[in-house]
Amino acid sequence: MRYSGFKVIKEALTGHKGWTQAWRDPEPQAQYDIVIIGGGGHGLATAHYLASVYGERRVAVIEKGWIGGGNVGRNTTIIRSNYLLDGNEPFYEFSLKLWEGLEQDLNYNAMVSQRGIMNLIHSDAQRDAFIRRGNAMILNGADAELLSEAQIRLEYPFLNFDDARFPIKGGLAQRRGGTVRHDAVAWGYARAADSRGVDIIQNCEVIGFRIEDGTCLGVETSKGFIGAGRVGCAVAGNSSRLMAKAGMRLPIESHVLQAFVSEGLKPVLPGVITFGAGHFYVSQSDKGGLVFGGDIDGYNSYAQRGNLPVVEDVCEGGMAIMPMIGRARLLRMWGGIMDMSMDGSPIIDRTHIDGLYFNGGWCYGGFKATPASGYAFAHLLARDEPHETATAYRFDRFRTGHMIDEKGMGNQPNLH
Amino acid sequence: MIINHPLLGPRDSAEFVYLGAATLMDRPDPDTATAEEWHDYGYLRDNPAGPHRELWFHEGGDRSILIVTRNTTTHEITAVELARTVGART
Repeated sequence: MRYSGFKVIKEALTGHKGWTQAWRDPEPQAQYDIVIIGGGGHGLATAHYLASVYGERRVAVIEKGWIGGGNVGRNTTIIRSNYLLDGNEPFYEFSLKLWEGLEQDLNYNAMVSQRGIMNLIHSDAQRDAFIRRGNAMILNGADAELLSEAQIRLEYPFLNFDDARFPIKGGLAQRRGGTVRHDAVAWGYARAADSRGVDIIQNCEVIGFRIEDGTCLGVETSKGFIGAGRVGCAVAGNSSRLMAKAGMRLPIESHVLQAFVSEGLKPVLPGVITFGAGHFYVSQSDKGGLVFGGDIDGYNSYAQRGNLPVVEDVCEGGMAIMPMIGRARLLRMWGGIMDMSMDGSPIIDRTHIDGLYFNGGWCYGGFKATPASGYAFAHLLARDEPHETATAYRFDRFRTGHMIDEKGMGNQPNLH
Repeated sequence: MIINHPLLGPRDSAEFVYLGAATLMDRPDPDTATAEEWHDYGYLRDNPAGPHRELWFHEGGDRSILIVTRNTTTHEITAVELARTVGART
């Protein structure tokens, strides 16, 4: 069933009796060509592009809980492609282009809103760095705009421009960045993939891999063995736990990242703002809540909740840049588990086991990457070669010295 | 989280800097280690869900490094040792 304005009107006039379920709830078949582990944004996007772009017909997504219950439902919903390095920027720009066409592609309202993102500048050195970043973005086909303090005052008059310690001296804007309704991304990909015959199997936990003579033949699950020609893993914060079942150790630590939303307010914040002197980012959802976050807590964690020192740190960042945020009451806060890699960049690669492929290490930047991650992973699974925008995301880059370290922090995952 | 420092008693974890898994103390022998061993030491982690031995540096305190055994699924701390005491034993 296609969704449309006419359909909404027709259903409104006929008692809403014609809506059907958005995706099926099938039992697993004995064998698939491709099995994706992880029914989050990346796994479901992979399934969608496998079916729609690469013509794969026998695909399953298996998920231990319910789809969209992990990080795709726990992020701050920001999309952007403002990266510096060659290994990253073409990939994230590809992702932003896919976001721009996503709703038509999926026939689903994901509330993609290109309201713009603004990275604030507080020092001369930071301006130099942002000019360099903006030029790198433009060279890779993205948009970037350097703004003066006066220009930002017109758009965001309430910011703390004249702070004694961190005055706002300008900003780097990406007008095509913005926000997306995050749950709808999971649901939209699930519905589109399901409509092309992908089996989405929920409440089905992977217990182990069946590996014989260096080849992965399928997965042992709580619903029995499921055979697969190829297995793709896209489980974000649980990557190390899952791949340990295949005997692998990963260049990843799992860390908790907290996010916050205030009570609903009238429209006050037109776009996404990031504080350049600390780590704080904020936007306003269409329901009116201020959605914001900051740094990861900084210690290994699989608990989807954090601790108070980081709450204080995030709120200090908010108060430093946007003092009126102190008048808003906090409505909810939560934590998600980030697969922090050793250089802050992701991995989309085959493993040393034939038929077993891995997608992970997204750190806390996985949401914006969802479409391109799915597309590139689908390409890898279907063609057994990396997508042209994801050739740098290899496992062996730590062995060969080709790290993609945007922040230049080295192999200390909690600093990326 | 409160870390029960062996010398200073209960301290707020915000006084500490997290340095990663305690396996980082087991550095390969520079005279004999292969490139592969250095790769594994520098870049691969067990990253368990459950008890985890990890290094916390008391930067805002006595600048000792502690080995904290903490459950990564609950944040419960079950043991705290001075890294230098553990290092001297091995």
